[in-house]
Amino acid sequence: MPETDLALISHLMRRAGFGATRAEQEALSSKDYDEIVEDLLHPDRFEDLNEDALKRYNLELTYNDSMPLWAGQWVWRMINTKRPLEEKMSLFWHHLFAAAWYKSEHTPTMLKQIQLFRRVGMTDMQTILVALAKDPAMNYWLDNCENHSDQPNENWGRELLELFSMGVGNYTEDDIKNAARAFTGWTFTQPIPLYPFGSYESDFEYVPEDHDDSEKTFLGYTGPLNGEDIIEIVVKQEATARFIARHLYNFFVADEPQVPSWSIEPPNDPEAIEVLVKAFQDNDGQIVPVLRALFTSEFFKNTRHQKVKNPAELVAGTIKLVGTYQFPDPAESITALSGAATVMGQSLMNPPTVEGWHTGHEWIDGGTLNERVNFAVNQFSDTTKPGIQDILSRLEGKLSPSELVERCLELVGPLEVGETTQAALIRHANNIGEIDLDSDDARKEHADQIGRILQLIVASREYQFA
Amino acid sequence: MAGNGNGKDPVLVVVQLTGGNDFMNTVIPYTNPVYYDNRPTVGIPQDQVLPFTDSLAFHPKMGPFKEMYDAGDIAVVQGIGYPNSSRSHFRGMDIWHTCEPDKVSTVGWLGRTIRELDPKGESPLTGVNFGVGLPRAMAMPGVPVTSVSNLDNYGLMSGIGAEIQRNEALDIFKEMYGPAVGTGPVMEYLAQTGQDVLTGADMIKVAPEQYESSIEYANNPIAKALRDVARVHTADLGTRIFYTAHGGYDVHANENPIQPQLIGDLSGAISDFFADIREHNASDNVLVMVFTEFGRRIYDNGSGTDHGSGGGAFFIGDQVSGGLYAEYPSIERAKWLNGEDMAHNIDFRGIYGTALEQWLGVEAAPVVGGHYEQINPLS
Repeated sequence: MPETDLALISHLMRRAGFGATRAEQEALSSKDYDEIVEDLLHPDRFEDLNEDALKRYNLELTYNDSMPLWAGQWVWRMINTKRPLEEKMSLFWHHLFAAAWYKSEHTPTMLKQIQLFRRVGMTDMQTILVALAKDPAMNYWLDNCENHSDQPNENWGRELLELFSMGVGNYTEDDIKNAARAFTGWTFTQPIPLYPFGSYESDFEYVPEDHDDSEKTFLGYTGPLNGEDIIEIVVKQEATARFIARHLYNFFVADEPQVPSWSIEPPNDPEAIEVLVKAFQDNDGQIVPVLRALFTSEFFKNTRHQKVKNPAELVAGTIKLVGTYQFPDPAESITALSGAATVMGQSLMNPPTVEGWHTGHEWIDGGTLNERVNFAVNQFSDTTKPGIQDILSRLEGKLSPSELVERCLELVGPLEVGETTQAALIRHANNIGEIDLDSDDARKEHADQIGRILQLIVASREYQFA
Repeated sequence: MAGNGNGKDPVLVVVQLTGGNDFMNTVIPYTNPVYYDNRPTVGIPQDQVLPFTDSLAFHPKMGPFKEMYDAGDIAVVQGIGYPNSSRSHFRGMDIWHTCEPDKVSTVGWLGRTIRELDPKGESPLTGVNFGVGLPRAMAMPGVPVTSVSNLDNYGLMSGIGAEIQRNEALDIFKEMYGPAVGTGPVMEYLAQTGQDVLTGADMIKVAPEQYESSIEYANNPIAKALRDVARVHTADLGTRIFYTAHGGYDVHANENPIQPQLIGDLSGAISDFFADIREHNASDNVLVMVFTEFGRRIYDNGSGTDHGSGGGAFFIGDQVSGGLYAEYPSIERAKWLNGEDMAHNIDFRGIYGTALEQWLGVEAAPVVGGHYEQINPLS
């Protein structure tokens, strides 16, 4: 039977999902690496999460128009899903197609947008962009509902090109104006008023009499172009393949410079980008082949701990480790999950601007580092949590301070740490001295001491990286 | 040189209006028919505005701001911008933050300023940001700054109840975040940030403890942020640069009532902030600078306004000679930039230069990348 290295599995699952516990890693290790990747690429091989139980514990989810609650539900999905890549791709598209609740018709439209990403996020670029253009939350967010044949509003047209597909420098201001005209008449149905009926959904609506079907020239194509034509032209552009490839690299492989500099700054690994561009172009913009090329590549396997975790990854990954919020019994408050990510700088479903979040080391400043460290440390404060109990149960025999630190690092990741961190952890463990974990009683006796080592590990610099 | 003569170090508070505030609906050319002709939807009726000259008026929601203007505390900088203004928020904001219109930089102008003010990086509180996420304006490798999302709960390991264990954990944290030469810029950045949080948290925690005030700020983000500025400023911890961002100004659609609400909140918050620090006798060394990344299109789009250029800024403070500075961009159609925008009359780098040289006493050229025309509201 093939044996796949646990450290590699853990790396894959941190990137393609939200981490894996030791038990999950061991279960996966009987499979070949490529087989694990195929499972990730085929979410439909696994059952979707049944949210009924969650709703029983959080009755508000059936009627409440509360964004933090729904964002918390999303983090709960990240923790519990059996389809981690599907959930991770939803987050990817949310990073890329950043729309926010603060300018939305109501929460259900934002929720529906995330569900859309979950549904079409692993199809192809044409399907994804058309669905996005028809999404009521995006339509309202970028004012396409105000884009009229006699009075174009170029917000959506501009961001479609600049932020969602090609990137700056690959089109002219006239292309933007003409793209905007092609999307006139693309709007959404007005939902029934919130009071007293509650939040009703809204759907895409095409209003032919408000559509400008005169001739337009866009990126060299001329004709009575409509929105679908614009997207078809966009998807064919090499710039789009390149832009999406770089986004995928930045999200899944290693941190790139911030997006606005991409027209000027070359990629960190141009060869890797070429591989992804080729996969995108050879497969007409299908996403799964690009992801396959990415996850099975050497450049992916070799870039461990080279990405700063985004707050959703940090929160969901840490909760997975301590084993709380487990399906089907989410006894804890799910809004606490979204709240934690928010104070770390990532208010899910509510990014600061259409640019999305600045990622990489820009996730971290004094304020957010404070929140990240305190969150992880607090999660590890109660050693009776099932995940910590599981870690404790895996510690056996006589362990010197340095062996104890080494084992704990393995069980939390495996997490590779630098000399500075290792020396500090061992200095702390020296206070405990050698311990003999020959029984459950012994583990119980030393639980608090080991818990404090785990707290320091998750406070480390290295833990900030995925 | 530094603008105040009271022996205290001058302090600059930068307020960023994120999204491109509509300058024309903030300082309104209320007697000009071109304004009303081009803004049938978002134009503010003449009988509602708050005139302060025979051609310009503040938005009706800016009553407290108008009072401060009448008291001579506000300099309105008109027609601010830079050549070939970017209409991208992100690029636009980057340019304002880094003073680099032609290339991408990750070093901010206030980062450079803080280095000048505290060359050895002795205090992480020389520059303090309030909000989630450090603005690029304040970023510079090797320059410690503090970014606070919640002033009342700022400090590492605050969840560890027992003091001995908390101190032990902080001690190990300090070692784990020790200098890690050769581990790469991000690791080194994390090390420094960790050390800065330790030091900064120790210093800043006295601010909420000792603050008392009779001023009751409104309950909105900009009021909360400026109250935090007041709490730290009045604690006298040596902060020279404060920063905070007020978001939501990107009003392509539904401009009224969104933008009026925001500038109304801003106007009230600034007025309360000055009342507060005056009550603490701590206002005469404070200069507030309000800016935004660009203005908006002259004509409305039937609901809001699209991205434009030629915005405006404000200097506010006890030492400011209030009034109008630079020139209001001509809104006559023949003068429209690219047939749709307000042309700028003064470069933003000259406005930064004004604050740097005439207030903070820092040479401007190395910080903003050249020599630009300044204004004189501080002399």
